[in-house]
Amino acid sequence: MTTTAEKPAGRKSVKPEAFDIVAIRSDFPLLQTQSHGKPLAYLDNAATSQKPQAVIAATARYYTNYNANIHRGVYKLSADATAAYEGAREKIAQFINAPSAKEIVFVRGATEAVNLVAATWGMDNIHSGDEIILSEMEHHSNIVPWQLLAQRTGAILKVIPITDTGELSLEHYQSLLSDRTRLVALTHVSNALGTINPVERIVAAAHARGIPSLIDGAQSIPHLAIDVQKIGCDFFVFSGHKLCAPTGIGALWAKHDLLEKMPPYQGGGDMISTVSFAGSTWNEVPHKFEAGTPHIAGAIGLGVAIDYLTGIGMDTIARYEHELLTYATEKMEKISGLRIIGTAPEKAAVISFVMDNIHPHDIGTIVDGEGVAIRTGHHCCQPLMDRYNIPATARASLAFYNTREDIDRLAAAIEKVKEVFA
Amino acid sequence: MSDLRDLYQQTILDHTRKPRNKHEMLDATSSADGHNPLCGDKIKLFLKINNGVIEDISFTGSGCAISTASASMMTEALKGKTLTEAQPLFERFHAMLTSPMDHEPDIESLDKLAVFSGVREFPVRVKCATLPWHTLQAAIKNEHRPVSTE
Ligand SMILES: Cc1ncc(COP(=O)(O)O)c(C=O)c1O
Repeated sequence: MTTTAEKPAGRKSVKPEAFDIVAIRSDFPLLQTQSHGKPLAYLDNAATSQKPQAVIAATARYYTNYNANIHRGVYKLSADATAAYEGAREKIAQFINAPSAKEIVFVRGATEAVNLVAATWGMDNIHSGDEIILSEMEHHSNIVPWQLLAQRTGAILKVIPITDTGELSLEHYQSLLSDRTRLVALTHVSNALGTINPVERIVAAAHARGIPSLIDGAQSIPHLAIDVQKIGCDFFVFSGHKLCAPTGIGALWAKHDLLEKMPPYQGGGDMISTVSFAGSTWNEVPHKFEAGTPHIAGAIGLGVAIDYLTGIGMDTIARYEHELLTYATEKMEKISGLRIIGTAPEKAAVISFVMDNIHPHDIGTIVDGEGVAIRTGHHCCQPLMDRYNIPATARASLAFYNTREDIDRLAAAIEKVKEVFA
Repeated sequence: MSDLRDLYQQTILDHTRKPRNKHEMLDATSSADGHNPLCGDKIKLFLKINNGVIEDISFTGSGCAISTASASMMTEALKGKTLTEAQPLFERFHAMLTSPMDHEPDIESLDKLAVFSGVREFPVRVKCATLPWHTLQAAIKNEHRPVSTE
């Protein structure tokens, strides 16, 4: 085998103008299955996406044909694995328009990426009395690492409130920026509301005062073309599994000079240059941050997922999903007794809702019986639930492989819910 | 779908709509908070215990149909019972909910609580039905730490 890296294995034939939903759905084995004897309508994409056959095959190919540990191996198998792993890093860099693949650090996912930044850059740069700005719509993974840091350092968290429609209050944000602000850490797209935040403006306002920013891209990267240079942020984090890739792999992007200055995250093999008991020196970035054997198959799978999505086109995906969202919103608004939570004008394809006198958990169980998979609960956003004074919502989150029929099935299943509780 | 009807029995729906003993208790001798992070259910349980007898029992909070009905029916089942009677009742209730599907659950001694036997077909909902009972255990111990089902 002359494998140097996984070759693009996406839908090579799909042109942006030819969005063939039938062909796309046939790429996903799990979409062909049934749930409770009914065809599966999978509407929990914000939790995790399904995987196309190309990704499943690529991970199997690694284990079948060139499974070996990466870096340092002198034999061909190891060189092949290293090339595929490092090839995936290049693909990620291109996908988010990072200036260099050296700025891509492989991590387990968005959660680990935020923790990495908090534990390294945060410990070096944030001190007692310093302020970190977050928002009311953050996922717990972009709250708790900063709380831990604040406990250790005596820093203070400041929270941008949101309006009833689920938009950030930008005026309030401006007033929170102060001489003590050291970081703005913000989600690009809300997993619970769907709101797309105006991150470019928010980052620019912070930069005008010399304040760096971290953007949580876990929910934006599956739905929008990402350009980290255009956003202008300093850190960008995401998870592979929401992007058609395996679980347990994701990436942190950070500006090169920041990565250079940051101390290592974990110690171990691969992240060092030399080790002696008198002291050790660190490998160059990004390897300085990748201690131990990484999730090689996952990284390769992520690279192939990116090829697959690029083959369809992120702009095409965004356009298709927006049409689906419009259709779904109109359909759901017609259901009496149902209220959508999160009605910002700029939204990704997420519909969170509550129903009069029916708890979301009961909605979830009953629609599941109809083969419709949605999520119910607080969506790891307890402060946001408190903001709306609700314990939980039911949430349908769409992907480019969903159809109007999936939405119709959800709407019919909700009628079933109403029958049970009539 | 027959199994859904097993879950949402009329009796359960009736208790969901009109929960019994759902109010605060000012002269409670002990109380406890329970929380199911999976669905956001929160319950506060109040007990008035006199000489080992549950003289009064009530609850407040918000939850799904199953946890609300379970709390409501638990209070009805326990009012007037002794603490020594309450414990085996909880154990039998729990055993019914977690018994394997190929076993006929022992529901005879459970009286009205037997309507929850359908919950065992929905393993993710078992915690909804047991939350009030776990909270009861905490209240009996008079623990003031909130209990969690996770
Ligand atoms: C907005 C947002 N940020 C972060 C995360 C955390 O992702 P992971 O659990 O893959 O680390 C999620 C996942 O639900 C999310 O929706």
